[in-house]
Order: sequence, then C-alpha cells, then structure tokens
Amino acid sequence: MQGSFEYFLDQLINGTTLGAVYGLIAIGYTLVYGIIGMINFAHGEIFMIGAFISIICFLILGAAGITWIPLALLIVLIMTMLFTAIYGWTLERVAYRPLRGTPRLAALITAIGMSIFLQNYVQLLQSARNKPMQPVFSGGIELMQSNDYIVSLSYLQMFIMSLTLVLMIVFSLVIARTSLGRAQRACEQDRGMASLLGINVDRTISLTFVMGAMLASVAGLIFLLNYGVIDFFIGFLAGVKAFTAAVLGGIGSLPGAMLGGLLIGLIEAFWSGYFTVEYKDVAAFGILVLVLIFRPTGLLGKPDIEKV
Amino acid sequence: MLSAAGIHTFYGNIEALRGVDIDVKQGEIVTLIGANGAGKSTLLMTICGSPRARQGQILFDGVDITSAPTYEIIRMGIAQSPEGRRIFPRMTVLENLQLGSTPIGDDHFDEDVERVFKLFPILKERQEQRGGTLSGGEQQMLAIGRSLMSRPRLLLLDEPSLGLAPLIVKQIFEVIKTINEQEGVTVFLVEQNAYHALRLAHRGYVMANGRILMSGTGQELLANEEIRAAYLEGGH
Repeated sequence: MQGSFEYFLDQLINGTTLGAVYGLIAIGYTLVYGIIGMINFAHGEIFMIGAFISIICFLILGAAGITWIPLALLIVLIMTMLFTAIYGWTLERVAYRPLRGTPRLAALITAIGMSIFLQNYVQLLQSARNKPMQPVFSGGIELMQSNDYIVSLSYLQMFIMSLTLVLMIVFSLVIARTSLGRAQRACEQDRGMASLLGINVDRTISLTFVMGAMLASVAGLIFLLNYGVIDFFIGFLAGVKAFTAAVLGGIGSLPGAMLGGLLIGLIEAFWSGYFTVEYKDVAAFGILVLVLIFRPTGLLGKPDIEKV
Repeated sequence: MLSAAGIHTFYGNIEALRGVDIDVKQGEIVTLIGANGAGKSTLLMTICGSPRARQGQILFDGVDITSAPTYEIIRMGIAQSPEGRRIFPRMTVLENLQLGSTPIGDDHFDEDVERVFKLFPILKERQEQRGGTLSGGEQQMLAIGRSLMSRPRLLLLDEPSLGLAPLIVKQIFEVIKTINEQEGVTVFLVEQNAYHALRLAHRGYVMANGRILMSGTGQELLANEEIRAAYLEGGH
C-alpha cells in the first residue's frame, strides 16, 4: 500500500493542507523580521487566539441560528481576522514599541514573555480543557481508486487550499503594488530614510503586525476546521514549526515563507506516511538544524545588492 | 523660512552641535561648509527631527518643529537628500521616486516624474533598474530626484558632490541652480566642496566643531582670507 501512487497522492494532499497553515503563520514571522529585525515569538499565540476567536464565532453563529455554511464561514473569517488583528496591533503597541531602539535581546525576551502571557491568558479565560467543534464540512470528491485504497479530496481541503492561495496572492500584491507595501519595503531596507521621505514608520510597523496577525488568524481557523479540536497550547508547536518554515525559506522573504511552509508541511506528511508519526516533529526540526548549518540565508534568502 | 536658534544636539554623551544658529530665507540658496565631523550632517538631520535637538528651537514658516515627528516635518514641505544618498537598493528607480512622493500622495506622480526625468534624463533610461545597481552619480541624481518628488519648499542637500567625477558635479550644481531659480525651491546645501558651493550660494555659513564660525554672502566668504586658507587652498 505504501508503495502505491495513490498513497503518495494522499500524503501530498495532507502535506499541502498542513503547509497552508505553516505558510500563513510563517508570513507573519518573516514580515515582522523584515521590518524590525526581530523574531516575534508570540506570533504562534496570535495563531492560537485566531483559532479561539473562530470557535467562539462559530458558537455564537450557531446559537443565533445562522447555519448556512458559506455565510457562516464568511462571517467567521472576517470576525476572526478583525479581532485577531486587534490583538496583533495591541501586542506591538504595548510590548514592542516601547522597546524600540533598545538592544535586540530585550525585545526577544519580551516576545517570549508575551508568548507565555498570552497562553496563560487564554487558559484562564477559556480553561485548559480541549475545545472540540462539530465538523463544518463534509464530503468531497474521489480522485482515484485502486483496490481498496481511495484517494479523495475533501471539500474542506479544497476550501483550505483555495483560501490560502487567494490570501497569499492578495497579500503579495499588497506588498508589491500598494503604497503601504512600498512603505513596508522601504522601512525594511532603511527605516531612517523611510521617515525622511514622510513615511510614518511606527504606523507602518503596526500595520505589518496587523497583516501578520490576520494571516495567522486564518491559519487558526483552518487548524480548527481541519482538526476539530483546539487548546491553549497549540500555538507553541505550530509557531515553532512556522518559524522553521520562515527560516527554511529565508527569513525576511515573503515567497520564502510560503515555500518554506509548504515544504515543512510536505516533509511532515511524508515522514508520517512513510516512516513514523512519532518522529514527525524531529524531522521538521532536523530541517531547521540543517538549514542553519548549511544555508543560513534559507532557500530564497536575498543576497543584498549593496550601494556602490 | 527656516530658523534654528541655539541648537544643541547629542549622540549619547557626545555634543555634536554646541549652540547653532542659522537662518534660511524664502528663495535663497544657503550653503553650510566645514570639515569632516564639524556637525554639518547632524544639523540637517536635527532639522528633520532625527536626532532631536536637546536644546534650542527650530522654526519652519513660523511653526515650531523642534519636537515634531520626522514624518510630519517632511509633510510640512521639507525634503532631504541625505549623506550617503541612501537609495533603497532593492527597489527600482521608479519605486524610489514613488516613495519620494509619499508626503503628497500619487495625484501628481506622472507630472512630477517627468519633471525629474527632464532634470536627470539618465534616470528615465534606468527607471526599471534596481537602485543598488546604479553608479554613484546616478544614485546621487536619484536621491535628489526623489527628494523633489514631494514638491518641497525647502530642500536640504547633504554633500551632493561627494565622490563624484567633476563633470557630474557640474551637472548636479546646474540642477540645484535650476530648481532654485525656476521652481522657487529654497535650498540649504551642505558641502565640503567649498569653492563650488560658495559660488552657487547666495549666503553661506562656516562650521567647525559643532559651532558656526562665520557667515556672509557667498562672495564675501570666497574672498575671506581665513576661509581661503582653511577650505579652499588647503588640503580640501
């Protein structure tokens, strides 16, 4: 069974779905690193909060009797992005902005502190128990069948892949084409010069956190839909893996984060499928070690063109 | 238009400006000359609020900008082409220019970009190239062009001639004259190339060790014996 093409295809679908989650979170790491040179270790918690806001929204909509799935999903998506964005904005405003200009270590330790704080905050508010949710999607299409093995692509997986693709395209266009994206890239390359051109650097940094939080919140929603159960601790592992993805792709690079996310998802799925599920995290983090040793700039890390 | 009085600026504990007074009037080209480390660039940066003056007051059109955030000072109509040009190396020439128009938005972009291309035709040919791939002279032109994109009333130029071939220096000084005379942009020019700068400027200041030593019209300063000895005939 393991040797068949059908089995391979199945892992490919699983890995891509997983990669969507990691990729969406990794973008937040990479954008923030690009603009202020700091690893926001509380970013995984933002993802977890996104998942919690999603489940709360689903429960409220259920109680309100809105059960038509496309509408419910749209409302949950918008609400989750909105409320998680507020968390991302507040995090930067309260914890990181006052430390701007201090040694990097101060911001890094604050980020770890905020991560612990947010975990405990959710645990106190929502209790430490698992939060299960009824599946929202059911069914799918059958792609292939041989002997007893059926490869199917569920509607949920189709939804996850297309939503991720759309978001990644939209955010890439924002960075590449809009004046906000230009301001972000300018701040990334030379913050002092950006402010000399009339760019409000603090506001640009805030909006970068907001963008990262929005994408992470969608990853939280996807996680909830895909696994059907969440707890206050899910941000840790997902966050570290997304960070690995960002480093693998080349920290600071937007396409790198997407590619890194996809690769980590695929590595994990194939490792689980062909070797052993128990060591899937070891495989993912082994990659981090290898990248740091052999290619610290990552796959798409940009070689700087320096001034003449 | 711009007046700074009693400006003291520090880098950590080091006092870079020790009580500087300058005045720039509408329509003038004023130059600030002095040796390396005199505090010329620090003065330009202090006018833009980064670093901030610890003492003293800076007025722009009568408005106190001493403690305004940098981006607001720029949006009031001051532009700076800073020391080292600071082109965004991984962005195209066109994107660099687009960033220059941040304070006034995109409304006049096409018109303004044509104006810059007319002043520096080489930039038109290079518009899709990344900033980091330009030559030193082209980067300087881009830095000045970028600062003009916000339609500033006061233009601060920091050593536009530094490290450039004489022919290009001449071209850049021509452009400074053009934007001052034809577009009415007031220019505050920091230079080590004292001879060129004083010939171009209406008035000049001489700076050393964070203080203004002397001031006068360009002609007066050019004729001054001390200045000739220190900045024109000496090793500079």
